[in-house]
Parts: sequence; structure tokens; C-alpha cells
Amino acid sequence: MKHPHTSSQRGGGGETDGVDGANRVPIVEAHQIARRDAPRGLTLLQPTDFALRGGERAALTGPSGSGKSVFLRTLALLDPLDGGAVRWNGHAVARPDIPNFRRHVAYLRQRPALLDGTVEDNLRYPYSLAVYRDEHFEAARVRAYFAAAGRAADFLARPASELSGGEAQIVALVRVLQLDPEVLLLDEPTASLDPDSVRAVEALVGAWFECSPAKRATVWVSHDLAQAARVGDRRLAMHAGVLQDTPDAAHEAALATTTPTTGHAR
Amino acid sequence: MNSVLQNLSLGDIAIAALLVFVNGAVSVLLKLDLERKLAWAAVRTVVQLLAIGYVLGWVFSYDRWYVVLPLMALMTLIAGIAGSQRGERTYAGQRVDSIASIWVSAWLVAAVALFAVIRIRPWYQPQYAIPILGMILGNTLTGVSLGVERMMQELTARRDRVDSALALGATRWEAAQAPARDAVRAGMIPTLNQMAVVGVVSLPGMMTGQVLAGQSPLQAVRYQIVIMFLIAASSALGTVGAVLLAYRRVFSAEHRFLASRLVERPNDAKKRVA
Repeated sequence: MKHPHTSSQRGGGGETDGVDGANRVPIVEAHQIARRDAPRGLTLLQPTDFALRGGERAALTGPSGSGKSVFLRTLALLDPLDGGAVRWNGHAVARPDIPNFRRHVAYLRQRPALLDGTVEDNLRYPYSLAVYRDEHFEAARVRAYFAAAGRAADFLARPASELSGGEAQIVALVRVLQLDPEVLLLDEPTASLDPDSVRAVEALVGAWFECSPAKRATVWVSHDLAQAARVGDRRLAMHAGVLQDTPDAAHEAALATTTPTTGHAR
Repeated sequence: MNSVLQNLSLGDIAIAALLVFVNGAVSVLLKLDLERKLAWAAVRTVVQLLAIGYVLGWVFSYDRWYVVLPLMALMTLIAGIAGSQRGERTYAGQRVDSIASIWVSAWLVAAVALFAVIRIRPWYQPQYAIPILGMILGNTLTGVSLGVERMMQELTARRDRVDSALALGATRWEAAQAPARDAVRAGMIPTLNQMAVVGVVSLPGMMTGQVLAGQSPLQAVRYQIVIMFLIAASSALGTVGAVLLAYRRVFSAEHRFLASRLVERPNDAKKRVA
């Protein structure tokens, strides 16, 4: 990046060389972001600092209603900020750039929302949006995802309305993965799924991450501590709108071993 | 001309009023629970029409722009408020938006009618200006209220889809397109239906009135054709305007869907209990 000093926020990072420093500019960085429910006078998210770097897999746990979703949605700029700012690769996100930001920092909701029509119609939908005008639908790639998730070849022709909850979530996930996001913000995507679908979702996300482990990152919200251990190296916890970052040894190790990269995808 | 027209006494009206009891009987038999609403609507019909009869009689005798124009403004204001009182959900600013969209569309189209089509002099001749604006307003308010009601319904029902579209990187307009399109369609359908069956199934009120008053049917039909197009243009403009204004209220420039701005109509809950 052009600003080597932006990497200095992280303590102990000073000794790394310039190449590694480039890798340490967070893909997404939140500064004092806060959310309030003004009509009810509630604080949903206390002012929070957060940085997510390439190679990080964070798992966020916490009780229901503690603000996990709020935090994730605020990070995706889906909900209005009541203070603070979100930076993307070290830059503020200007209004016209927000759709492009969301393309790269993709939020996946707990309850999949599919459109009428077939699975394929749903997968083609993003390509009708202005932000993907240079991309096009790749049927072979999508079939490979579904094969990996154990779905038959005719899955693409199935009407979306006839899918089970697990199948619908897999479709929603593939709809995002085919677009090659940098960051996945997963909002309890497997909370109400059968064990097979849970495994399929975890495997798909894992495969996506391993395609480019130094440049990709996830925040995965989960109720299930075992799952959090599987999908996250970095542990986050949310309590009453306060985010607790508990970097552990595994997380530090993961950071140290990430391969240095030249250039920074944006 | 008026030699043909049979004058109606209050007794004649009372006979017609008895017909409302048909509706009352249906409501009671089918337990529709509409008797009270029905009685109130019937009373309003009588009172409002009698009142407007006196007001118009007075305005027609004055025939001054400073009398006609405020009356037109008042009609528009009432139509605007009525246009915002439909549906279970509303948003802050709906009334203002409804008044604005109805005002702009109806007055634009009425201006075309009075200055370009009918070309009466002076333009404010109340015998023309007021009924024409009235017909335009009535239909525009239907379009506006149906359109916005549908927009609110769609945005509530499809909230998850709208949200998903935004999360995928849709602009606010891309995310709102499907609901907005359905809303405009819903607002325009009554007018389109009316245009399709006019003269075959229904004889519109104005045409009927002109014929009753002794006007030749051929002239009456020409007026009706003009009116139909005025109505169609104004309700289309008004509906699109109202839907776009609603869109701007519930989608922010940061491409966010502000679902919290859709609120349940406060007095609607009360009505349901009563």
C-alpha cells in the first residue's frame, strides 16, 4: 500500500518488514462504531474498535440479543451508524462505493432469502446488478460447489420455493461464494440447519478460504462453541453490546505464518 | 336544456337512501361487522354532497379567481390527506409526500385540460375548473394510495430479499425496483380497468350527468374521452411520484433499507379493536 504507516496501529508489528506490513493493513477496520435504538433508548452496540486482516478467521459468540448481528450488519454498512466509521483497505468508504464494498465484504444472513424461480435464477441474480457488470455466471463452477455439497446435477433447475432450509442456505452461500468476496460476514448461517447441511456450509466456506488464505477473512457468528472452535482461530465474544477480543495463541500463530503477499487486492 | 332534467326532492333522496339498507342487511347476515362504517359512510355522503352543493352554488355565482383557486387548493389538500390514509403500514412523511405528489400531478394535468384542451376563458370558470380538477383528484388519490399501500406491503413482505440484495451489492434502486414496480402497477390498475370497460360496462358519472342534463351523447362522449386521458395521466404521474417519494424516505443514500421507518399505522390498531 502507499501508506506504510497505517500498519503501525497493531502493537508488536513494528519489527516486520515492509512486505509483511502491507499484509497487515486490515481489509475491514471499524473505528468506534456504535448503534443505538433511539425510539426505545437502547444501546445496541457500544462504541467498538475492530480490525480484520487477511488470513484471519474470527468466531463471534455471545448470548441472543447481545448485538452480534447488529455488529456484523454495521460492519457491512447495512445498518446506519450512530457514530464511528468503517474503513476498507485503509480507506473510508464513500457513498457511491458502498455497493462495491458490500460486494467484497459480503454479509450472509441467518435466514436465507431467495427469489422466486429456480436455484439457477437465484445464482444469476447478482450478475444483473451494476456492481457485477463485468462478471458473468459460470455454471460449471457453481455445479462444482453443489457437487462438493453433495447435491445432484439437477439441483440448479429446482424451484427455490421447494428447497429445505439447509438447501436454501447452501444456495444463498454459493450465490455469495461465486462472486469471490474478500471477507465473509456469516450471521449464524447454520443456526437452524441439519447436521449434514452444517457440514456442507462449513466445508464450502473452508474451501473458499483456502483458495487464497492470506487475502481472505471471515467473521463467523455462532451459538455453538464447538463450531466456533472449528471455524475460528480468533475468538470474539459479545456481551450486551460490548465486543471482547480474546486473541489466543492459535490466532497469533495464524497471523505469524500467513505468507507475505505483494500487492493488495481491492 | 334543463327542461329535460327532473328535479329531485328530499323525499326522492330518502327513497334512494333506503337502498343503503341492502348493504346493511348483507353486513348483518354475513357478520361483516361493517354496519357502523356503512352508516357513517352514508351520513358522510349526504352531508358532504349537500355541503358542496351549497358551496359550489356560491362559488359559481362569484366566478372570481381568488374564490376558485383557494377552493381548488382546499380540494387538493383534502385529496392529498385522504391519499395517505390507506394500508396497515405508513412512514413518517407519508402525508406530505401524498399531498405533494397529488398536487403536482393533478394541477399539471388540470392545467393542460383548462389551457390547452378545453381553452375556456377565463381559465378559472368554476363550472369547468372545479369538476375537472375534482375528477382528476379523485382518481389520482386512488392511484397514489393504492400504490403506496402496495409499496409498504411489498417492502414488509420482501424485507429479507431487499436486505439480501443490498448485502450482495445492489444499489438502493436495484434493491427497491421490484417492490416499486409492483406498487406503480397496483396504483395504475384501477384506471386501466376503467379505461378498458368504459362505455361498455360503465357509463361514467360525468357523461351520465351531461346526458341527463340534455347534452348530446356525442359531445358528452368527447368530454368523457378527454377526462379519461386526463385521469390516466394524472394517476400515473401521481402514483409514480408518490412511490418514488416513499422510496427516498425508506432507502438512504448509503444504500441502506431503513426498515424501522415503516411503522404500523397508529389509529389502524384502534379501529380494529373497535
